[in-house]
Amino acid sequence: MARTLYEKIWDDHVIEGPKDESALLYIDLHLVHEVTSPQAFDGLRLNGRTVRRPDLTLATADHNVPTDPLSTPITDPISRRQLEALDENCREFGITVFPRGHENQGIVHVIGPELGVSQPGMTIVCGDSHTATHGALGSLAFGIGTSEVEHVLATQTLPQQKAKTMAVVVNGTAPSNVSAKDIVLAIVGRLGTGGGAGYVIEYRGEAIRNLTLEGRMTLCNMSIEAGARAGLVAVDETTIEYLRGRPGVPAGDAFEEAAARWRTFVSDDDAHFDETITLDASDLVPYVTWGTNPAQVVALNGVVPSPDDSVSSDERDTISRALEYMDLTPGTPLRDIPVDVVFIGSCTNSRIEDLRAAAAVAAGSKVSAGVRALVVPGSRRVKNQAELEGLDRVFIEAGFEWREPGCSMCLGMNPDILTPGQRCASTSNRNFEGRQGRGGRTHLVSPVVAAATAIMGRFASPEEVSA
Amino acid sequence: MKPVRVLEGRAVPLERSDVDTDQIIPSEWLKRVERTGFGRGLFSEWRDDTTFVLNQPEYAGATILVAGARFGTGSSREHAVWALMDYGFGAVVASSFGDIFRNNSSKQGLVTVQLSASDLDELSTLVKDNPALLVVVDVEKLVVEVPEAGWRRAFVLDSMTQERLLEGWDDIGISLRRVDAISQYEATSHAPSLEHVFDAEGHAHSL
Ligand code: SF4
Repeated sequence: MARTLYEKIWDDHVIEGPKDESALLYIDLHLVHEVTSPQAFDGLRLNGRTVRRPDLTLATADHNVPTDPLSTPITDPISRRQLEALDENCREFGITVFPRGHENQGIVHVIGPELGVSQPGMTIVCGDSHTATHGALGSLAFGIGTSEVEHVLATQTLPQQKAKTMAVVVNGTAPSNVSAKDIVLAIVGRLGTGGGAGYVIEYRGEAIRNLTLEGRMTLCNMSIEAGARAGLVAVDETTIEYLRGRPGVPAGDAFEEAAARWRTFVSDDDAHFDETITLDASDLVPYVTWGTNPAQVVALNGVVPSPDDSVSSDERDTISRALEYMDLTPGTPLRDIPVDVVFIGSCTNSRIEDLRAAAAVAAGSKVSAGVRALVVPGSRRVKNQAELEGLDRVFIEAGFEWREPGCSMCLGMNPDILTPGQRCASTSNRNFEGRQGRGGRTHLVSPVVAAATAIMGRFASPEEVSA
Repeated sequence: MKPVRVLEGRAVPLERSDVDTDQIIPSEWLKRVERTGFGRGLFSEWRDDTTFVLNQPEYAGATILVAGARFGTGSSREHAVWALMDYGFGAVVASSFGDIFRNNSSKQGLVTVQLSASDLDELSTLVKDNPALLVVVDVEKLVVEVPEAGWRRAFVLDSMTQERLLEGWDDIGISLRRVDAISQYEATSHAPSLEHVFDAEGHAHSL
């Protein structure tokens, strides 16, 4: 029977029992970070259990690490304790770990693909909801909670309910000013925060095929924002070429053998999806979120919506509450809204291509007076590559802060936070109340819109900078 | 975890939809390495507001949270579940839940009761009008009821989750009973080992 990509990976990993509904799945790669793991390791110790496959487990410090220069000590004792706990736990259980300052350290969803350890056809889990990022490589990757982290550590398996499948088809060619981030903001806006619940999304269509692998990561990254636990893209030559030469993949003939197997990780032509959603890429534009959930999306050319636009009273309440929190007036053009902070970073948009795109906009201009702009590379490898290309100089000369890699202001667990009332254009994935710091106001944008906004001091497109 | 059969208690109406896990427990609380003490952080950004429903004396000690649509979306942090339970909640009633939140709840013994939007509204109104009402969540019969008001609705849990709640089973123990099948699977697995990728210090072996 014709199968979708998801069904192929699912079938491959069912350990025993019926291949549908609820099954015990084998996990090929378990990524670990400091925030969702300490209680899991504790649970193992309490029950006298060990890590079944330390060699399929990889840990990095990302959520909590300061992005100040490495010579600066970590002043927050609780953060320091958590980072130390990760090191100690990994040492005790024999897990490879990349602590702060390590050449392979970075945001967990940036380093898996860049090290080539996230590969097509795999099941990948992490105690982090943005694990779907790795689905860009044609793998089934999803976020889990701490109890499940403990479960995977102990057994290398997870009991799972089979999800329904959704095809999100993006036909046509996107205009040149539309990035992968804009595509996914449009999709989340269309599906709403719950539209993907219970589904695994496969992104398909010409506009997806035309994305680079890094663009596909941005896309898959935000699947959870539409409620879907996983999002994936079928393997093609872009996938294979992305992986070639990375540390985690074999070399020479062995690579070609692996690649031949990887090429089978596509949905069969006549595979059935439970749901199909179609968008036309040529209709898309650059987007900005205006509210307090990622589905509250509006065109950069547009205006702040009004509660009166909506028919249901429930929705009117939600809009009013969001407008109040965001301190916005309906009808205000987005381009008239000034920002205090610009954050370029996070597992959505902190890879080398993102930094190149943002730097190209910033080059030769200056960050607007009074705006604080940060660039936080997703990993040390990204940072090193950017410095090799001189992107750090471009940013610094334009007045951006060039920082050490980590999650940083995406969730404000380290000192990089918004102060109450500050408004931020952010390339991250969540604009929830308080996400970037208590009382902070977050607008999600693409890297090029973020860079242009930093220069103009208000929401802006790159064309306005060069004009 | 402890078995959960029947929960009886007063309920508090949150009357908000899209309550994500960042709101349930803000990230500043995630730095702890312990599993306890998160109750103080529950909804902490809202609790400064004296009008916030959890601050109302008539709802003190409530053990059932009546939320809105899409409760617990967003971040995978299980700390959200720990915070709700540490605060004293044993069940959350909503018209829909974030997937991961629901999973996490089932591992900890927090009962998630999904009702239709209109049933949820009815329950919310009942406990708003009379905070003293006793609400019963019965995991065995899969019903939620307000006996005094003669209000009773069925809800659904998948049989695995229901059984685990009723028996207080530890998932890991269940899976470890299948260790032979896991070993057999591993013998045929394609998963590449990281042993050959990184040395003891985590440096990548050069190709
Ligand atoms: S960058 Fe943000 S979303 Fe991504 S893993 Fe870190 S905290 Fe989570």
